[in-house]
Amino acid sequence: MTTISDPPTEQFRLSMLLNDTRYRSATFQAIAVILLVASIAYLGSNLAKNLREAGLDISFGFLSTPAGYDINQTLIPYNNQDTNLRAALVGILNTLLVSFLACATATILGVFAGVLRLSQNWLVRKLMSFYVEIFRNIPVLIWILIIYGIMTVSMPGPRDFRGENASASMLLDAVAVTNRGVYIPAPVWGPGSMVVVAVFVLSVIGVFAYRRYATKLLYDTGRLLPTTWPSIAIFFVPTLLAFFVMGSPIGLDYPALKGFNFQGGIKIGAPLIALWFALSVYTGAFIAENVRAGIQAVSKGQTEAAAALGLRPGRIMNLVVLPQALRVIIPPLISQYLNITKNSSLAILVGYADITATLGGITMNQTGRAIECVVLLMLFYLVISLCISLVMNVYNSTTRLKER
Amino acid sequence: MKKSVLLGALSVAGVAAGVASAGTLDDVKARGKLNCGVTTGLVGFAAPDANGEWKGFDVDVCRAVAAAVLGDGSAVEFVPTTGKTRFTALASGEIDLLARNTTWTFSRDVDLKFEFVGVNYYDGQGFLVPKELGVSSAKELDGATVCIQTGTTTELNLADFFRSNNISYEPVPIETNAEGQQQYLAGACDAYTTDASGLASTRATFEDPSAHVILPEIISKEPLAPLVRHGDNEWGDVVRWTLNALIAAEELNVTSANVGELAAGTENPEINRLLGTEGTLGEMLGLDADWAQKAITAGGNYGEIFAKNIGETTPIGLARGLNAQWTDGGLLYAPPFR
Repeated sequence: MTTISDPPTEQFRLSMLLNDTRYRSATFQAIAVILLVASIAYLGSNLAKNLREAGLDISFGFLSTPAGYDINQTLIPYNNQDTNLRAALVGILNTLLVSFLACATATILGVFAGVLRLSQNWLVRKLMSFYVEIFRNIPVLIWILIIYGIMTVSMPGPRDFRGENASASMLLDAVAVTNRGVYIPAPVWGPGSMVVVAVFVLSVIGVFAYRRYATKLLYDTGRLLPTTWPSIAIFFVPTLLAFFVMGSPIGLDYPALKGFNFQGGIKIGAPLIALWFALSVYTGAFIAENVRAGIQAVSKGQTEAAAALGLRPGRIMNLVVLPQALRVIIPPLISQYLNITKNSSLAILVGYADITATLGGITMNQTGRAIECVVLLMLFYLVISLCISLVMNVYNSTTRLKER
Repeated sequence: MKKSVLLGALSVAGVAAGVASAGTLDDVKARGKLNCGVTTGLVGFAAPDANGEWKGFDVDVCRAVAAAVLGDGSAVEFVPTTGKTRFTALASGEIDLLARNTTWTFSRDVDLKFEFVGVNYYDGQGFLVPKELGVSSAKELDGATVCIQTGTTTELNLADFFRSNNISYEPVPIETNAEGQQQYLAGACDAYTTDASGLASTRATFEDPSAHVILPEIISKEPLAPLVRHGDNEWGDVVRWTLNALIAAEELNVTSANVGELAAGTENPEINRLLGTEGTLGEMLGLDADWAQKAITAGGNYGEIFAKNIGETTPIGLARGLNAQWTDGGLLYAPPFR
């Protein structure tokens, strides 16, 4: 016979906070939180006290005063009489521009390099591992400097394009590569050009619609429609027709050497190129490793099964392996995008006017509002990083393994 | 990277400010070393020589202050600062004195809470261009690409100059003078602009200085002055009167060569007061009686420092111009020592 009785209810004693494993971890956590809060409070009050003693105050009024300096790359109209806030906005747009360009290029580069690293071809495989190891093991700062140095030292200056026997010439009379940047023709939108643009947008939608229809037809009836050639045709033919029917409304503004520099066309500045390229190849190397890891995480049986069904290697990669690999690839990819955005703050090194260079550099120096500017900078990078995370997490959840 | 440095500086400021407010003079004496902020390298003003020893016009101001306070002109820790980091370094207490061809402006004095102790070089902003461009006036620079150090007054002057002349330009922001020199020589910019003295100094280091000209326009007033933190008046006085002592010494013909002899006592009561054989000026500053004598011995009087580092016999070759004594038609005018 056994009797089941409640264990004697134990009285809670203070010493149990340390001796009893049930409470001990809570005790230590509480202590840690108190220490953390106390140290933050100490630092905060210290800052407030020192600011008060130095006679400084926290004020954001400087944002509405004229900035007084010029910026070499502005995506929105700006002159030196605009406010510091507008200068910051110019910087934000420049940061977003280079981040976006670098993210896109790094992804393409990374996916190619990652897939090719697993190639059967010895040379291709080794070349790709050479790329990965060289680029990810040298700091991005050095890469930015190297690429910028190569641009400014080895490219011809605008002066070299001048004269009868100039030492440099433009590519196809349209593109000028100088040590200050690359000048390309700019489109000139004449009357009726909107029709061409509209047709172009419609044909892009048309390509997607056609491919979707082809897939649906394949699934429903098993009939395989050709996709490559019709896609190319839908993409180009209507736009070209519209272009000529409307009487060639879109012209090109070619860059030409006037005075000290090339005028006209679009200038892609050397700082932007250096930063864009360096961030792309550097982060591309990391993404390549992510892609390789993702592909290798897909079990070999999947490839073999697909091959047994008669799929060709390209199709196996695109239809079977990559969709499953994406589940593994995307989470670290988010981190790489965040890295690109944050690493773009190295821009000032080559004189690219990003947010760190305008708000955190010139504005901070000219107004002396260090704390305010740094707080705003931190806020900006935090917000932008959280936004990227959010978007990528949504994408991640769409590629996740759907369990039924 | 820049951010973390700054945050570090801010948190250091938080910790250090309490100490720094105890009195910089006492701190320097207790430390036995003067922390002096200088440029990262501008030949003639502040640059390490082949032996790694700092030399230059601003460096000698630091050495004079160190000699006056500590009796030893070599008891200086030189802290290289860029146009961006200099004010944070001073405000945080990392340096006691900033002698880095810094322009004395209203907002830096009043809003940034610094104390400019007196002008040690009257300068103005100019343009350096290659001769082959064929430009003879800054007003012909319409559409040019101009290299400019960020975080400086020259950046704002440049914008004002081009706006008031209704011409356009493209700025290439750079961090340090060395970087500017490299960009300019590589042709990444058509013109380089900074204080005319800095241009002369930069040009002197070129392989072929004669291939480059400094345009005649001086587009701004740039009174370059050493500065200290606002609110520590004792320390401000020490630095101010050390600088004045160097200027007064030149006016009174006290040089590093004859200062020992004159310190024995002279007919001129002002020299006697300056060198501490008469009156108690040193004691009033909280220094030894022979403070000025030590300061002058360290690098010479103002004229000697000028001639040695940036004068006409040096590669930089600057004329005294505005920086001559008031008795010679210049602007240097030390208040009386009494």
